[in-house]
Amino acid sequence: MFKLSGYNFKFCILFQIIFVLFFSVSAFAAGEQKRVQKHDWTFAGIFGHYDDAQLQRGFQVYREVCSSCHSMNYVYYRNLAEEGGPGFTVEEVKVIASEDMIIDGPDDYGEMFERPGKPSDTFVSPYANQNEARASNGGAYPPDFSVLAKARSTLRGFPWWFVDLFTGYQEQGVDYIYALLNGYSEPPEDFILQSGMHYNEYYPGNQIAMGQPLYEESVEYADGTVASVEQMAEDVSAFMMWAAEPKLEIRKQMGFKVAIFLFVLAGLLYYSKKKIWARIEH
Amino acid sequence: MSKESTYIPKSGFSKWFDQRLPLPRMLHDNINAFPTPRNLNYWYTFGGILTFCLVTQIVTGIVLAMHYTADAGLAFASVEHIMRNVNYGWLIRYIHAVGASMFFLAVYVHIFRGLYYGSYKAPREILWILGVVIYLLMVITAFMGYVLPWGQMSFWGATVITNLFSVIPVVGTTITEWLWGGFAVDNATLKRFFSLHYLMPFMIFGVVILHIWSLHVTGNNNPVGVSVKEKQDTVPFAPYYTVKDAFSLVCFLILFAWFIFFNPNILGHTDNYIMADPLVTPAHIVPEWYLLPFYAILRAIPSKLGGVLVMGAAIAILFILPWLDTSKVRSATFRPLYKQFYWIFVVNCIALGYLGSQNPEGLFLVASRICTAYYFIHFLLVLPILGLVEKPKPIPESITKAVLEKMEIRNMKEKSAEA
Repeated sequence: MFKLSGYNFKFCILFQIIFVLFFSVSAFAAGEQKRVQKHDWTFAGIFGHYDDAQLQRGFQVYREVCSSCHSMNYVYYRNLAEEGGPGFTVEEVKVIASEDMIIDGPDDYGEMFERPGKPSDTFVSPYANQNEARASNGGAYPPDFSVLAKARSTLRGFPWWFVDLFTGYQEQGVDYIYALLNGYSEPPEDFILQSGMHYNEYYPGNQIAMGQPLYEESVEYADGTVASVEQMAEDVSAFMMWAAEPKLEIRKQMGFKVAIFLFVLAGLLYYSKKKIWARIEH
Repeated sequence: MSKESTYIPKSGFSKWFDQRLPLPRMLHDNINAFPTPRNLNYWYTFGGILTFCLVTQIVTGIVLAMHYTADAGLAFASVEHIMRNVNYGWLIRYIHAVGASMFFLAVYVHIFRGLYYGSYKAPREILWILGVVIYLLMVITAFMGYVLPWGQMSFWGATVITNLFSVIPVVGTTITEWLWGGFAVDNATLKRFFSLHYLMPFMIFGVVILHIWSLHVTGNNNPVGVSVKEKQDTVPFAPYYTVKDAFSLVCFLILFAWFIFFNPNILGHTDNYIMADPLVTPAHIVPEWYLLPFYAILRAIPSKLGGVLVMGAAIAILFILPWLDTSKVRSATFRPLYKQFYWIFVVNCIALGYLGSQNPEGLFLVASRICTAYYFIHFLLVLPILGLVEKPKPIPESITKAVLEKMEIRNMKEKSAEA
């Protein structure tokens, strides 16, 4: 181990304090974007797991609202029945898939044709390509949802980005999406909003092309949950997190087994080391 | 160090084999019996950890390459394919991605340990220089690897870094276009980066062998910095250091596993989950954390050419470090002044890393200029002058003496605690 004499140590600490003060002051000078609050998610933390009912509700919101503009190109219908997912049965997934029409082909005569979806298809996309998507949305491209929950973040600032390393806070993206969906309001009086844009206090620059997507009772939940804006925003955000990180549950469960193994192994090696080194003076 | 082989072939077959290819003899002499100073602390276990990191990156990388598609139109999707459809693909990719960060974490500990204990001083100059070569190769390999997922940060990072070559007078643009294989970062660039990213770890492996060879010629440095003088100063590598290295490695793996299983994306930039788009520039283009200090140095200099040269110099200066430090005393333990400047240098490097993550404007820019200047002052002024003016503390006669003295002090303390 490095040894620090008292004088040295004070010196280092002083140096660090100066830096911390200096940077935290400058960090506050940044941006008008409202700070995103940490939300309570079942899948957060080391024991995190998805809430099946919530994912099913989120899927319903995606399907009935979001999917009219947003694609989910990397997600397959079959994923809906896989372990660590929303917990649909294989039969249910077959029905869900068959409700969407897929363009397939070419057939034996060189023609493209439409057929009902199968579990092995990816989610059907609302637009044929990016250009069509832009043309239908005033030039703005509605981003693909597959990994969006991992592709967004919030400004954490010092010292939080450092604390996050050891608390395992990985929900910045989904926190941002949840805040954004609840962040629509009338712009302040002195705010100049460009035509076709909408005011959102969490969006960088506060002007977003997407209009408020969720209103009270936008969907009617099959399980009887009251479809408030907050509820739907929470459900669809959770669903997007699952879509971005479908192996999260398996990953965290395996992490526990690995950790137990490593701790036991470390303990055994520690005592082996002690025993071997007891043979000589050290 | 004298190198008398202690290998005794036991069976008839091993005698026969030894006379034709003395590979078991070489392994025995260099691993089992290798005489190692008896006083190495845990900071000396990072060489083994780094070997583990290199092998892990190569093994996971080979598996990833079986499923990855190096094509500008398909690369991003193929990474998602690995994450979603390949059996345990998510695990292999996260090990590889987190592994890069862990590799650099370990190499920085290893380098700073060398700086603290003066491991670069005679007779270990070549050992040190080979280490710097490995580090340089690691930086290039990591940079190219980061381009492969073809996310926004991949693309724009590649654009920023390859554009640095355009500052070379006269031939700059030609060289940049030659690197790109076109007129911008595109499919040809991605494909060659993939090819080189696969090649370079094996080059690193080669230099690592030279690094270890050189280590086994000069022998380990140690925390008191006194050369090995007699047999009792050393212990055989096995089992003493195999078990110590193994324990340390497993502790390191606990941290490694924490990031893989519970925090896999925190060390990367979220923008890299957005597919590369040459028409959309990200708000902030930043490299991975382990390259941030160099990024701060690059942007601290007002001229582009100057920035590139100074950034290059920041690594190049490490090659001549053995001749910049004028002190004959190796370990900082016996250098009261150097010890303080060492810690200032450590804080300065961390500060440069933080500054590299911020926009170079206002106070941040001023701070990065001060820290950049100090980085070079440390090597060019502090180290040469310290060796001349510093009065080192008395140095132990031998490693064994130092160990026994330390034990005596510890025993006395224990006794006084009991009383």
